Formats: sequence, structure tokens, C-alpha cells
Amino acid sequence: MPSPIIRIDNIMKTYGPLTVLDGLSMNVMPGEKLALIGPSGSGKTTILRILMTLERINGGHIEVDGEQLYHIQKAGSLVSADERHLQKMREKIGMVFQHFNLFPHKCVLDNITLAPMLTKGVAKAAAETRAMELLDMVGMADKAKSMPAQLSGGQKQRVAIARALALSPKIMLFDEVTSALDPELVEEVLNVMRKLAAETDMTMLLVTHEMGFAHDFADRVLFFDKGRIVEEGKPDDIFRNPRQERTQSFLRKIIAAGHRV
Amino acid sequence: MIDWSGYIGLILQGALVTIELTVMGSALALVMAFVAGLGRLSRFTAVRTLATVYIEFFRGTSIFVQLFWAYFVLPFAGITLTPLQAGVLALGLNVGAYGAEVVRGAVRAIGREQHEACVALNLGRYHRMRHVILPQALPLMLPTFGNNAIELLKGTAVVSLISLTDMTFQAQVVRAQTGSTLIPFTAILVLYFAMATAISAGVGWLERRASRGLDGMRV
Repeated sequence: MPSPIIRIDNIMKTYGPLTVLDGLSMNVMPGEKLALIGPSGSGKTTILRILMTLERINGGHIEVDGEQLYHIQKAGSLVSADERHLQKMREKIGMVFQHFNLFPHKCVLDNITLAPMLTKGVAKAAAETRAMELLDMVGMADKAKSMPAQLSGGQKQRVAIARALALSPKIMLFDEVTSALDPELVEEVLNVMRKLAAETDMTMLLVTHEMGFAHDFADRVLFFDKGRIVEEGKPDDIFRNPRQERTQSFLRKIIAAGHRV
Repeated sequence: MIDWSGYIGLILQGALVTIELTVMGSALALVMAFVAGLGRLSRFTAVRTLATVYIEFFRGTSIFVQLFWAYFVLPFAGITLTPLQAGVLALGLNVGAYGAEVVRGAVRAIGREQHEACVALNLGRYHRMRHVILPQALPLMLPTFGNNAIELLKGTAVVSLISLTDMTFQAQVVRAQTGSTLIPFTAILVLYFAMATAISAGVGWLERRASRGLDGMRV
């Protein structure tokens, strides 16, 4: 049995008096597709942000791909990691945001080639070839020279996915990537993600309110509430036979709100 | 009847000095604006403090006093400047202090999500600023930079007080020699206005160039 690519061990995250994550532990296996669901404020997005080093933890340890994310060995003891270590660790992880976060002053192609050229020293021609392959995969090759402002939300998100993939991360984090989209644009983004799941062995963590998609996409579903994992299991078990009362009531509300499961 | 051609020539010579001062002063102000503006955003306390002291000092004292310091007091410290050097130094440092706040404000106006995208793409601090934040902040700075440059242009008139032969100085010479106030001062009024209009037009053009593609849509 391979060892987990992500080990989260008893982490704490607080904002002032508010405790967002309270002694959370979880593992993710290499290649696993994980869906994190739960009411807003339950801490699921915070986990992705912590893994992307956008938020620091207040306690506990995280291991990514065999190395501590936030700690380094120095003179025999574990100390807080410096920026250099964080930069090394970030190479393993990519993230797609709810609001796309494309660079508005750069065309689609430049959005994708910027980071590989600057952080990995990839030559412009090679970076552009790779970018065009990725754009082709997300169905956006004809928009390579467009500016982000000329694209629809779904198109922007597909570019954002290609941009994150250009750095070839081992782990991809998807933070409510369809929540900001008009309903008719959701499917084009989900299709890209289905393709990605089928064609690559990347580890993927997905925070979503699209329960139907989570059901089809994930190997394992984690239901979060108040900074803890209330229930986890195979999608069929969580969505068809939730055992915990909190999971049941959450799913009832979601269905009542018109989401399909 | 006065022969005005020689006097107009004098004023035009002064206009050249004014343009020279404005261009060189603006160049220094621009450099200082970025150095001090980014300095105030530094993660090092010493750098932030230094930048803050510079900004507060040069905004908080009069350009007139600064100019006299540069020209009459610095020689006591062994630094002797020509009137032009003193003028450029005082104007550049003074306007640069205002510009620094413009730089800082514009950089801070770029949303957190752009910084986060940079972190997710593993761009270091320098690359983040150089390739993502500043190119978006620049269009926000330009309108106020245009204001500052016009302020600087008008501020150049004070250098006549350290006997630099700028446009205002020459107008006073012409007035003393001809006894006419109307003509020399109307001439420089028009010239200052023409120069300010040229600055406005130039900055407007830069603004259109720098904000190409940034149509204010959420990206």
C-alpha cells in the first residue's frame, strides 16, 4: 500500500476568537479524487487555502509528498519553514479559484506561460507549445490571444485550469470553481475536470456545492461541519445512505435548494 | 515703441529652462515615488520607517524652504549645487514624496486575489510585483501622476528665487526693462498653460496605452 501524498495531522486554524479548524486530521492517497462538502464556514475551503500556503496554521503538522509543508529540520529540531522551503513545496501544488484570478493585463497565452517561464526557466517557445497543448485540452486554443475580459466566466475558468496545469503539479486544488458561474456555463468547466480526472493520475481535492458532480467525480467524499470531518466514505454511501444526522439534514437542504444529487 | 522680439526670445529661453527643470524634476520625482512608495510596503521595518520619514518630511515642509536649503545651506555641508541641480533636487524630492503615496495606494488597490494567484503559481515577491501587480497598478497611478507633474511644472517658478533664469525669472527681467507687465506675464501665462496641456495630453495617451485590455471587468 502506497503512503499518503498528503498527511494532515491535528491542525488548528483560528481567526482571532474564531476556531475554523479544530484538531483536523486526514490523509489523501496519491491519485485520489477527493470531494469536500459541507455548509459554508465549515472549514473546507480553509483546508485548500492552507495546503496552498495562503493561510498559516496555528498548530499541527502537514506533510505533502513526504516533506513537511510548514516545517523544516534545523539543527535537529523542527522549526517554521522559510519562504524558500515554501516555494519548493508550492511546486507540488496547483490551485484553481472560485473567481478565476486571471491576470487581466495579460492575454490568455501569457497568463499560462508567465509562471513556467519565471519560476522554472522554461524557454518562451517551449512554454507556448505546452500552453497551446493545455489550451487545446480545455477547448480554448482559439482564444490564446484574447484578453481575459473578453471571455465568459466558464472560459476564464478553463484558462485558469490550464494555467495551474502548466506547472505540472502533483496535487490540484479546486475551490468552488463553478460557484461564480452562470448555470449554463457550469457544465463546460465540469467537463474539463472530468477529462482531467480520467486522463491524469493527479491527486485532486475539490471543494464544491455541485453534489451530482462530486458524486460522479470523487473516490471519496468528506462531509465537513464546524471545522471537523463529520462523515466520510464512498460517494454512494455519503449521498444515498448518510449515517450522521448532520449529513442528512445538509443534503436535504441542498436538495430542497434545487441541486441534483 | 518697444522691439518685443528680443524680449520674447528671452522668455522663450526661460521656457527652455522651465521645461528642463520639469522634465528632470519629474524624472527624479518618479524614481523617488517608486522607491519610497514601494519602501512603505516593504516587510522590513527599517525600510518602511525610512520611506515614511522621507515622505512626511518633504510633504510637511514648504518647497520654498527646501529649495533654499538645497542651494544655500548644503554648501555649508560641503555640497555645492548649481541652481539647476538645486532646483531639480528640491522639486524632485518634494513631488516624489506625494508620488510615493500614489504608488503605495495604487499597489494596495490591486486585489488580494491577484496576490493569491501569484502564490498559487509560485511567483516570488519580485516577479509578483514586476509582472503582475505593478502593470495593473500603473494605470491607476497615471492620472494622479499627471496632476503631480503639472504641480511640479508650476512649482518650477520658485526657482527664480535662487536666480535660476526660468520663465518666471525672465518675465520679471522683461518687466523691469520695459515697464510692461501685461505682455511678459500674458506670454508666460499662455506658455505655462500650453505646457500643462501637453503634460495632460501625454499622460492621457499613456493612460490609454497602459490600461489596454483592462476593461474593469472582474477577471
